Amino acid sequence: MKLTDIIGPVMVGPSSSHTAGAVRIGNAGRRLLGQPVREARISLHGSFLATGRGHGTDKALVAGLLGMAVDDRRIPDSFELARHAGLSFSIDGIDLGDAAHPNSARLILTGERGRKLEMVGASIGGGRICITELDGLPVNFSGDFPTLIVHNEDLPGHVARVTTLLSDSGINIAYMQLNRAHRGGQAVMVLECDQEVPQEVLTRLQAMDGIVKVTFLSLLPEGEMSDV
Amino acid sequence: MYDSFARLCADEREKNRPLWELIRSEDCAENGQSLSDSWQEMERMYAAMKEEDRDYDPGRLSNSGLVGDEAGRMHAYRTAGSTISGPFMSLVMERALKIADSNACMQRIVASPTAGSCGVVPAVLLSIQEARDIPDRQIVQALYVAGGIGGIIASRATLAGAEGGCQAEVGAASAMAAGALVSLMGGRAQQTANAAALALKNLLGLACDPVAGLVEVPCVKRNVIGAVNAISAADMTMAGIASRIPPDEVIDAMRTIGKRMDPGIRETGTGGLAGTPTAVRIREQIRAAKQEK
Repeated sequence: MKLTDIIGPVMVGPSSSHTAGAVRIGNAGRRLLGQPVREARISLHGSFLATGRGHGTDKALVAGLLGMAVDDRRIPDSFELARHAGLSFSIDGIDLGDAAHPNSARLILTGERGRKLEMVGASIGGGRICITELDGLPVNFSGDFPTLIVHNEDLPGHVARVTTLLSDSGINIAYMQLNRAHRGGQAVMVLECDQEVPQEVLTRLQAMDGIVKVTFLSLLPEGEMSDV
Repeated sequence: MYDSFARLCADEREKNRPLWELIRSEDCAENGQSLSDSWQEMERMYAAMKEEDRDYDPGRLSNSGLVGDEAGRMHAYRTAGSTISGPFMSLVMERALKIADSNACMQRIVASPTAGSCGVVPAVLLSIQEARDIPDRQIVQALYVAGGIGGIIASRATLAGAEGGCQAEVGAASAMAAGALVSLMGGRAQQTANAAALALKNLLGLACDPVAGLVEVPCVKRNVIGAVNAISAADMTMAGIASRIPPDEVIDAMRTIGKRMDPGIRETGTGGLAGTPTAVRIREQIRAAKQEK
């Protein structure tokens, strides 16, 4: 924790968990998609569903999808701005089950170049977030690091090949997780890195045998992000 | 981050440096930040506090319509010149309402320590600056002290209403503001800690019971008690009145009370004020309006 987590952050109210956290979830979705969002199906769970409208959780999620930061004064007007930006969205309720964090939202996104993404994000307090599901598999990352997510067939050697490519490119892995649906089915690896993963590395990963999907959350400013 | 007033007071004795500098050095060392970057960031926080104070619009209401115009009413009453609490205290109250109202209306604020309690620290600091003509530099230093106190509370207990009730939000904000005030008045670490302890003691046990789960009722008005309580705790300290219970033990008591609190009064919007017949009616009305929409 930093001093400016206590005096700060500067944010649009009223709630760090229900507003600032929701902006960050939307923003993580935008970044994971890697291209401007054209269509978003937003489903609110638990406390997000119960008190979300009063807290502006719905507007905050849309603002995040548009690329706004938590202190952007335009957050209350995000619905209107989405229309101008050509983002069509729907918002409804969902029951993600008892295991889901009470402040969770599921986003089903389509980008302007057709890329699709389905994720669940949770706002876990003080504006911090956790992505808990990505394209059908459980994950657990904060979005505080440049994060590479690789969906692959659950066969030997994939982890070694991915990590070798990263190390050859001078990228250090800070945290790593593995998960799979079932033995021999689809698996996912989440690599939180100390450096940005450049475009050509993402392209080479995507071309590897047995790799189903490569997703990358960049922390670079909007215009400089890689496009998977 | 300092985790006790005891260590902060000991460091002041040993290193003989101002409190705010000790707090900044510790934070910079922990987070690998330069002293000047840290200062700039804190300056930015204070600039944002000044902005949030200017931004208030009495014509704006929250999404639920429950709050938004309180500060406007307080302003009209205060400027009519017949307040019971006098010009300084009534201005502090107005500012706390302004900033908390703005937060409820989705305006930009500085969480300090939380969004729900964001009015307390700026209401006190902006008003004392104006009243005593204090330069910005000293107020930014006081913000470090406020942050350091919040850090001690976060380390020993919590700053989340969902974990510790409102004592962890408005109570913590009040302790931070009280300590910051005393440091501005030239108080040493021990006095700063004492003011924080007195402020927190007065708000121990405060429930987090927001009507319909929204950061509106009673949160907006509770920012006023946080600010007023901070000023009285600071004045008691400057008068030489000591907390009989040491500051670190007061925070530990807050943690214990938070743990014993029923979940209904820890930000679930079900118990306490949120469970009253009127609050239940309000919640149903909001739900019905949502479905209509």
